[in-house]
Amino acid sequence: MSQAKPQKVKWVKPPKLGLLEQMYFPTVISGMATTLKHMVGTLTGTGDKNIQVQSYPEERPTLPPHYRGVHRLNRDPEGRVKCVACYMCSTACPAHCIDIVAAPSPWPDREKYPETFVIDELRCIYCGMCEQACPVDAIELTTIFDLTGMSREEMMFDKEKLLSVFDKTVAAGTDPVRTQPGRLGVASLPAGAGLTGSSSAQS
Amino acid sequence: MDWNALIPLLVTLITIAVILGGVLGGVAYLTLLERKVSAWVQDRYGPNRVGFDFGQSWLWFLRKAWGLGQPLADGVKFLLKEDVIPGHVDKVFYLLAPMIAMGTALFAMGVVSIGDTPAPPALVMSKPIAGQEKSGINVLTFPTSIEDVKRLERSGELKGYVDQNEAYQKRWKFSINPGADIGFLFIFAVGSLAVYGIVLGGWSSNNKYSLLGSLRSSAQMISYEIPMGLSIVGVLILVGSLNLERIVDWQARNGWLAFYQPTALLLFLTAIFAECNRLPFDLPECEQELVGGYHTEYSAMKFAMFFLGEYTHMITTSFLTVALFLGGWHLPGLEAFLGADSYIALAAKLGLFMAKVGGVVMLFMMIRWTILRFKFNQLMNLAWKGMMPLGVLSLLGSMVVGQFGLSPWLLLPWSLAILLLVTALGAFLPAEDTKVHFKVTRGRAPSASGVVVRRPAGAEAV
Repeated sequence: MSQAKPQKVKWVKPPKLGLLEQMYFPTVISGMATTLKHMVGTLTGTGDKNIQVQSYPEERPTLPPHYRGVHRLNRDPEGRVKCVACYMCSTACPAHCIDIVAAPSPWPDREKYPETFVIDELRCIYCGMCEQACPVDAIELTTIFDLTGMSREEMMFDKEKLLSVFDKTVAAGTDPVRTQPGRLGVASLPAGAGLTGSSSAQS
Repeated sequence: MDWNALIPLLVTLITIAVILGGVLGGVAYLTLLERKVSAWVQDRYGPNRVGFDFGQSWLWFLRKAWGLGQPLADGVKFLLKEDVIPGHVDKVFYLLAPMIAMGTALFAMGVVSIGDTPAPPALVMSKPIAGQEKSGINVLTFPTSIEDVKRLERSGELKGYVDQNEAYQKRWKFSINPGADIGFLFIFAVGSLAVYGIVLGGWSSNNKYSLLGSLRSSAQMISYEIPMGLSIVGVLILVGSLNLERIVDWQARNGWLAFYQPTALLLFLTAIFAECNRLPFDLPECEQELVGGYHTEYSAMKFAMFFLGEYTHMITTSFLTVALFLGGWHLPGLEAFLGADSYIALAAKLGLFMAKVGGVVMLFMMIRWTILRFKFNQLMNLAWKGMMPLGVLSLLGSMVVGQFGLSPWLLLPWSLAILLLVTALGAFLPAEDTKVHFKVTRGRAPSASGVVVRRPAGAEAV
């Protein structure tokens, strides 16, 4: 290991102790007073404002909206799944946990839609890269963090389950739809159409 | 067969069962108390989830129960965990070590009384014992047999012993082995064996961190036994007996020894902190440096036995502190108020003893969150340069008072004066090396020779 450069070395002088501090016991007693103060404060409730603990199942934490919890599939204003089955999320996914089967769309505003859309919640690392990759803002991560299940199969979230997460979180108001509603993005346009107009591609 | 002879045996067995059960139950709940106190001091609530409902909805009123089910859950966990014995250990000593650690800690409870146990009557002769005329000793320490004693009473050399003994036999005794004259000598003899548990555990684990922890521990325990011994020799001189019941009895008549010898109490407390490996002296198992210390390689119940041994040690030494310095079951005015021998008085004394022990245990736990861990050189300095001279000075006072028959109250100013003197003297002693500064760089200290280096002449200190 190389020696640090002299100008980078910071020299720290220990603080000078007074007589009482060098006698040790007075400082121990004052330290005990601090310990006792905190203990009595917690026990009698006078120190409750100091308590940094949440009694978890009864008190739920308020998480920031950008928290990366369980996924959801967003619905468009008509209540249909927003996803256009472009595979960008599953391509971006570092854990390879998204499995999509695309099918021709039954609706006129897009070419494809996901026939099945399965996320393995156990395999997911909750990095949020699917959210970033999605061109139509169809997949989002919610603030639901306490995901439990009794079996591995249960933790494979299919399209209906992911849509129900959307319904639940929007109804609960914990996770408002963060992206703009309305028209789908460029990925929904027929092949080639999105690439011709540079202005639409940028918007 | 004389069935009446079996009754004392039965009584002893029941006492052993009760005290052992009480101590082990107490240890289990001490672990909970430890976590609770830690939490309170750190502005948390502590474990408050596990109750006694066992998942049954009709036991809803036992849900949570302030977390009192936690020790039960811990116990079940320790019993059911996989018990790993690593392949590289010395199996015999590896298995022996936790047994020693816990056994020695439990042994000490053999002579400690937990409530009002009367002192056995002394065999005071009316004149010096034959062969002891010069020294004037008139207390017979080894009665040969009750027939001999009765013969001595008839000849008038001994008065009232038989009656006193009869009354003594009828009293309640809250002790496994009441009237043990070996008293706290036994506790120290057995307590010192506890170091074997740690040394063997560290050595047989065949792991450098365990070994380092146990080496530290042996040095620490041996060093702190000296100031501990010095602090209680003063008690021995004042009371004149090793018997813990006599010591408590003396304190009930003359006042608590803590008021005569506060310095000795302080030394004793410090020494038992070190003996129990409690913070600020928990170097044998300091997590930051030694992973887990001597019990790194232990798992499941064997680890729990080390853990239980440590807490049992804490309980035993707390009992000892109360018996030696804090007056045992005694509280001024209690006997006048409740009578000496009523059941209420016995219960009150038992409760009082327990309350005092609880107070010492709380002190243990609060010191843990107040004082930082010592470095090893500081630990040794404190024992050899600080506590040893203080202990010798304290003992000197007791010796003068004992030899010349002075009032023991003279010990109080002496005790406080030497404490003040020795601690203040430390401030005027030359500091180790004031030119040494701590070199702080980004990341780890690059100097191969260690962190502490001398500041070069031109460098600026901040």
